[in-house]
Amino acid sequence: MKNILELLELNAERFPDKPAFIDMEKTLTYSQLLNDARRLGSGISRLGFKNRPIAVYIDKSADLIAAMLGVVYSGNFYAVIDTEMPTERVNRIFETLRPSAILTDKKHTELPSYENAATLYAEDLLELVEDSDRLSEIRKAQVDSDPLYTLYTSGSTGVPKGAVLSHKNVLSYIEWVTGEFGINEGTVFANQTPFYFSMSVTDVYSTIRSGATLVIVPKQYFSFPIKLVELMNEYKVNTLYWVPSAISIVSNMRVFDYAMPEYLRTVLFAGEVMPTKQLNYWINKLSDEVVFANLFGPTEATDICTFYRVNRKFRDDEPLPIGNACDNCDVFIVGDDGKAADEGELYIRGTFLASGYYNNPDKTAEAFVQNPLNSSYPEICYKTGDLVRLNEYGELMYKGRKDFQIKHMGYRIELGEIETAASAVEGMKECACVYDADNDKIVMFYSASRLKEDALFSELKSRLNDYLLPNRLVKLRELPHNANGKIDRKELKTQI
Amino acid sequence: MERIIEIIKEIKPTAVVDENTRLLDDHVLDSLSMVSLVSELCDEYDVDITPVDVVPENFATVKDIAAMIERLEDED
Repeated sequence: MKNILELLELNAERFPDKPAFIDMEKTLTYSQLLNDARRLGSGISRLGFKNRPIAVYIDKSADLIAAMLGVVYSGNFYAVIDTEMPTERVNRIFETLRPSAILTDKKHTELPSYENAATLYAEDLLELVEDSDRLSEIRKAQVDSDPLYTLYTSGSTGVPKGAVLSHKNVLSYIEWVTGEFGINEGTVFANQTPFYFSMSVTDVYSTIRSGATLVIVPKQYFSFPIKLVELMNEYKVNTLYWVPSAISIVSNMRVFDYAMPEYLRTVLFAGEVMPTKQLNYWINKLSDEVVFANLFGPTEATDICTFYRVNRKFRDDEPLPIGNACDNCDVFIVGDDGKAADEGELYIRGTFLASGYYNNPDKTAEAFVQNPLNSSYPEICYKTGDLVRLNEYGELMYKGRKDFQIKHMGYRIELGEIETAASAVEGMKECACVYDADNDKIVMFYSASRLKEDALFSELKSRLNDYLLPNRLVKLRELPHNANGKIDRKELKTQI
Repeated sequence: MERIIEIIKEIKPTAVVDENTRLLDDHVLDSLSMVSLVSELCDEYDVDITPVDVVPENFATVKDIAAMIERLEDED
């Protein structure tokens, strides 16, 4: 198998009338999804290019899945753009993505643009007739290392980095995740993560591979968690793969004291550290048959490189392991001396690894490096920047980020991106963000003249995604500096 | 109601809120701020807000939140 679309075609034949993707307004069956994607792909292919990036600017929905796969049918690759993202950040993504076209729908009147990129409306393309001959020709010319999508993560210089993932990456990753957790045609996912976030790759492509069903949970349901449970029971949801902050909402409101999900069998989480106390609430409330697993990995390894299936009890203050490598993926630890160690930086090798960052050779060369333990032949590894150690069970434990990059609300954030945006505000003198890991809060220290706190906040709001906004602003007359003249972040950390 | 507005502002410093602001429709409150808000309100008013009370009707505006708290206080 060389192309992800072969999985869709297979399941459209096996289960033509089965719901594949469900949102609260629309259901796409496997055959409808296939037909929509093929028509969209035929339309996009008229532009006549291949392996080019196409930005998809559509709200999270079943139709968005069809649009993503339509791009793939056209022989190009997609970048899903958050439609709630401030224009400034979209523009920064477009600077490196340089999209050849923007695929959107008529719900959106104000659209981002990029130079000569064509704007395509899904509604128009869906009126066209499918061009099977052209789609076959496109497929024939493709190889499994062709890009499938690019996913943007926050960059330290304020420039977001787009990891390029291929068909081969996703095919081999999905092979592992579906096998490991028994995902099959009986699986019903309640999807929480946005489709511009690497975790969604697991939900979306496990579904397509297995002939499963995915229900898109509207964001507002997480504010009213009883509705979440009702939705799970209505659709007989048996599998969740959520960020810990979503799982914790249920624990913090003690939702299972009032309503129980009746069909739930598999609870997976990733994206940030899962607080054990909140997880224990789930474990204690749900049946012993429910499988819980802590998944760990960067966007650059498709989604996940290690996992830990919870098989023993943990105290509320005991951290969960991140476990061991997935099948067909290998991880190893490199110590400060550059040699294999039991504690140090985590490296990943194998087929899950992205090709690199799109239009960013410098950042690619920094992170995708020759295996430091192999000098005999070329072998590229990904240097995660994550610090880990082995515990007494031979499981990996996560210690933190090597640099200032943090995980906050499930997103990988480089504090530098926030600082870059804040520095641009008029009146700002100096600023530095520190992460209060104990409370999962971003604290921004700043010095400024004639800049009111609420004015600063609204400026930041117009420049940054919500999850990038500092949770606390602290104005100082002057920021502390160390001997090198750099802002003394260690000193600031003592002030939070 | 002043106190409720203050609590919301502590959780969401960017928010511009009065008693009639549409807290949900205008995206003042998201899922994470709901959790904080519920726990702050429980502490402040010494009431037990359960998930059954956490429905859109009770959180549409500051007025609705105040009415809910009054109801819960009466039940105690």
